[in-house]
Amino acid sequence: MIPSAFDYHAPASIPEAIALLSRFGESAKVISGGQSLLPLLKLRLGTAEHLVDIGRIAGLEYVREEGGSLRIGGRTRESVLERSEIVQTRFPILLDTARVIADPLVRNRATVGGNLAHGDPANDHPATMLALRATVVAQGPNGERTIPIDRFFTGLFATALAADEILTEIRIPVPPNRSGGAYMKLERKVGDYATAAAAAQVTLDGAGNFTEVGLALTNAGPVPVRASAAEDVLLGKRADDARIAEAARRAAEVASPTADRRGSVEYKREMARVLAVRALKKAVERAGGR
Amino acid sequence: MSRHDIQLSVNGATHRVQVESRLLLVHLLRENLRLTGTHIGCDTTHCGACTVLLDGDPVKSCTVLAVQAEGSQITTVEGLEQDGKLHPVQEAFWENHGLQCGYCTPGMMITGCALLARDKNPSEAQIREAISGNLCRCTGYSNIVKAIQSAAEHLRQQ
Repeated sequence: MIPSAFDYHAPASIPEAIALLSRFGESAKVISGGQSLLPLLKLRLGTAEHLVDIGRIAGLEYVREEGGSLRIGGRTRESVLERSEIVQTRFPILLDTARVIADPLVRNRATVGGNLAHGDPANDHPATMLALRATVVAQGPNGERTIPIDRFFTGLFATALAADEILTEIRIPVPPNRSGGAYMKLERKVGDYATAAAAAQVTLDGAGNFTEVGLALTNAGPVPVRASAAEDVLLGKRADDARIAEAARRAAEVASPTADRRGSVEYKREMARVLAVRALKKAVERAGGR
Repeated sequence: MSRHDIQLSVNGATHRVQVESRLLLVHLLRENLRLTGTHIGCDTTHCGACTVLLDGDPVKSCTVLAVQAEGSQITTVEGLEQDGKLHPVQEAFWENHGLQCGYCTPGMMITGCALLARDKNPSEAQIREAISGNLCRCTGYSNIVKAIQSAAEHLRQQ
């Protein structure tokens, strides 16, 4: 399959890329790893008159801790995230997530920034970033701004990024001691989108009560879903099975999946509940709660 | 539509070609350079028959623009053999009958080579994980895994 014709631009710097995006407006798309965009263009589900490739811009691929945050460069490949020592030792939820995105070959090209900026509620990083309360950094003609992840996803394949903005960094607050997180995904086969998936990030106090909870769902509506009611059920309460079961029931109530070959609405909602239980239990275990 | 003069190294040889912006890397390899060992299977980023090494990393060449490979080093299945001698991974696929129809084999061997370049002693689980983006519809994977294990053993003894 061959995409429709487009012009390709490979700017060497962020200002150059922004200038191109400002010039071409809605007729341009940013290409990062291209693992979502190229299939869309090849299947002609989408078109672009101009592709602005940010892959030639140096300094956009990194994973480091700075100023109390884990900072992930916008063009960091999933394979680089997976191999990052700090991710392996301190952010198991990110490792859980990266490992179930597509397959290892795709992850050698696909980027974390692209996984968010594509705005696909079936992608895996969005729920995890909601659970981690991440911030997205965008650069545009007027400089840099930060967007809280809860305001980033605005609709199906739509984000808060303007046509002339580039996602340059993801910032994740470094969790305090006694924190843990997990991402649990049900997929029919390697490389499939989630039938259902849940991301949980928790912090416990010395008595084993939740002091911070982030819980979010993948592929459970037109945008990634934060399960706020479920978080409220847990905050300040003891991390026991009954509470977790109640929170997961609340999470499943806010899921609004669509029926497809992966299952019916009822099945997917039930799987969201089961995976929320598992993700919360694993998060508590990793926080040292049991 | 823009056209671009690009230079890239394929199996150690430098090529300068003019490409349309929308040309896919797999088409550049197969049609412009006549390296037809790299196969097109699903053409939708699933099957891995088109896997090549791009600067050492195995990638699906149906999902890379040729122009994106400008300045890169590409290795295709044709580049595995050195001085008329098969690569240990190729030998091992032969010895262990790691194929039936052969369609997925170039991609499987490229992925196997990339895995063993990084780790000469992978577990069976690591091998299965590494090839999880390469689909085989004939073998049930058993002999493919055996072939990669056997190549690993050979490389450890070198």
